[in-house]
Amino acid sequence: MNLRPADDRVHDFEEVDTGLPEQTAVLEALRCMECPRPMCVQGCPVSIDIPAFISAIAQEQFRDAARILKQDNMLPAICGRVCPQENQCQGSCIMSKKGKPVRIGALERFIADWERENGVESPGVAPSTGKQVAVVGSGPAGITAASELARAGHSVTIFESLHKAGGVLTYGIPAFRLPKDIVEFEIDQVLAMGAVLRLNHIVGRSVPVDELLRYDAVLIGTGAGLPYFMGIEGENLNGVYSANEFLTRVNLMHADQFPEYDTPVIRGSRVAVVGGGNVAMDSARVARRLGAKVYLIYRRREEDLPARADEVQNAIDEGVEMVCCSNPVRILGGPEVRGVECVRMDMCELDASGRPIPRPLEGEESHFTLDVDMVIEAIGQGPNPLLSGLIPDLERGPKGTIVVDDGGRTSIPHVFAAGDIATGAATVIWAMGSAKKAARSINQMLAGEE
Amino acid sequence: MYKIQHADKIAENIYEFWINAPHVAPNAQAGQFVVIRIDGKGERIPLTISAVDGENVRIVFMAVGKTTTQLADLGTGDQIQDIAGPLGVPSEVKDWGRCAVIGGGVGIACLPILARALKDAGNTVTGIIGARNESLLILEDELRDACDELVVCTDDGSTGFHGFPADILKKLVAEEVVDAVWIIGPAIMMKITSMATREAGIPTFVSLNPIMVDGTGMCGSCRVTVGGETRFACVDGPEFDAHLVDWDELMTRQRIYPEQEKKSLERYHEHTCRCGERK
Repeated sequence: MNLRPADDRVHDFEEVDTGLPEQTAVLEALRCMECPRPMCVQGCPVSIDIPAFISAIAQEQFRDAARILKQDNMLPAICGRVCPQENQCQGSCIMSKKGKPVRIGALERFIADWERENGVESPGVAPSTGKQVAVVGSGPAGITAASELARAGHSVTIFESLHKAGGVLTYGIPAFRLPKDIVEFEIDQVLAMGAVLRLNHIVGRSVPVDELLRYDAVLIGTGAGLPYFMGIEGENLNGVYSANEFLTRVNLMHADQFPEYDTPVIRGSRVAVVGGGNVAMDSARVARRLGAKVYLIYRRREEDLPARADEVQNAIDEGVEMVCCSNPVRILGGPEVRGVECVRMDMCELDASGRPIPRPLEGEESHFTLDVDMVIEAIGQGPNPLLSGLIPDLERGPKGTIVVDDGGRTSIPHVFAAGDIATGAATVIWAMGSAKKAARSINQMLAGEE
Repeated sequence: MYKIQHADKIAENIYEFWINAPHVAPNAQAGQFVVIRIDGKGERIPLTISAVDGENVRIVFMAVGKTTTQLADLGTGDQIQDIAGPLGVPSEVKDWGRCAVIGGGVGIACLPILARALKDAGNTVTGIIGARNESLLILEDELRDACDELVVCTDDGSTGFHGFPADILKKLVAEEVVDAVWIIGPAIMMKITSMATREAGIPTFVSLNPIMVDGTGMCGSCRVTVGGETRFACVDGPEFDAHLVDWDELMTRQRIYPEQEKKSLERYHEHTCRCGERK
């Protein structure tokens, strides 16, 4: 990674990782062994032909590399930035056995950025099939499915409830990790293939369910937008945010630029972020950029943090203080937040994932209070129930997800689901992978109807 | 962009806008709301749907903060950037028998669509509307038409009954002539008025108006405590059982950003004075 210095970047929302220069990218590409049976492709949820696009970079055939990449992934600039490559393609790279894996993510980003700067070639679109497909949600799942379906010649309408497309890419992931002009640009490429975007449309309300079900096929990609709260005392005090709200205010509504933009956000001077995932890291780093001293409270050990290791390091470098093996029990104050009382956690026997189960230590001495004026809860999100609850006969899982088979098929024959609404909260790339499968199932079904 | 088909000032500082929103109007029901954003730098604010006509939806608002003041400066033919909806769970409209619909201040605007729906469901509907004084009363003629009976109250006695809607409601409760009640207005008015029906256990609905951002259940800004449980007003409401609402928490949470709201409005006034944009 080519990172801007922490004390420089912590004052703005410009991108932290500046990407690979051309020469470095070519040298990096030359490190690829071009394995006959590439493990990296198996590690990629959307099965990009990784050796082929890297080989094109090595030969400085950047246009070819872009073409290969976009055969399987219409959002390469996004994936190159936010995919957990260390667990996927790079994690499977044979070179990691001898040292460092090929930096596949950085190369993917390099090509996507190169293409954006050097003129984009739109992939070919099949002749019109005359079939109408509705895609609900314009996040990673919806956009990916829409691109596959539009490419197959269907008439695609994407419904988005917010005033801007992109779902979590727009409201959730901060600009310093994923610049918003890049999100817009990649979505525009999908729209250029003929998909129609309807903003401000809440499916189930603006578009009644019976109208939705009249489409030849429906893909639901409404995501995991429902924020969980801990359920502790003081949670509704002024100054307690869900990570979703805090990030939405800043990323979507630009509250960091208040009063130039109208939406305000509390600028805490001392902020506690609760949680250990990527959303918690994003929240902590945004709060740092708004000028706060930031504590990140996590119930397990630092080495158990589920966030990407790079993002944890970025947060630490930017001055976020990790308060591990601790869990909030009460938020103090009224009406504003004045502190958060925590209990130290004992690391007990390992659970199925190999991580220790945290249990609160007994006794008064195991409690401590952090003096903060704002709390952000980033403890996870559930499936957004708004639409799925309005569709009778749509089978749902115990946690509110929509039940699907391997091909994204739901209990209703022409209704499909992909992304977090089907899998539960996961990553951008998993959402895209499941959306590709669902789109393939839709294409098969619609072809069968001819 | 969505066109303001008709804009009108209907009382001191209170405005009525008909906005062309073909995706909202045909499916809107009583009790639901829209979220609007004026322009690219605007905030998202929720406004209850007051009436619908074809592809147009009516909102009524009082110019109090920056966004509503800016909105009030728009006129017929102007456009706003975004309108999303209809949002929220519709009012529980069924044959209750005898209903009272009560509006305080700008909350009166929410009653016409509700009164008509209740009438259509076979209810006898009594409207009770209250304002500080005569100049702040709105939609009186329309409600007289939509309800079987309309009682007008003013705090200062400048017209109608000299007193509060709560006084009229207490009388109806005592006479045992009401089976279900809706109260829509400022939080403090809803809190006090709903006390009248508590003892008798008459179903009483209130439309809560906490601060929202997306309005679709995604952020939790609008969380309210109802019957000891945290609910999201945007997707679980906005209407709830009045007797279970934690009113003090709601009113505290409505005042999260007093300084920012003041700053934003002052900045707007300075800007519009300088540029002479204001009509």
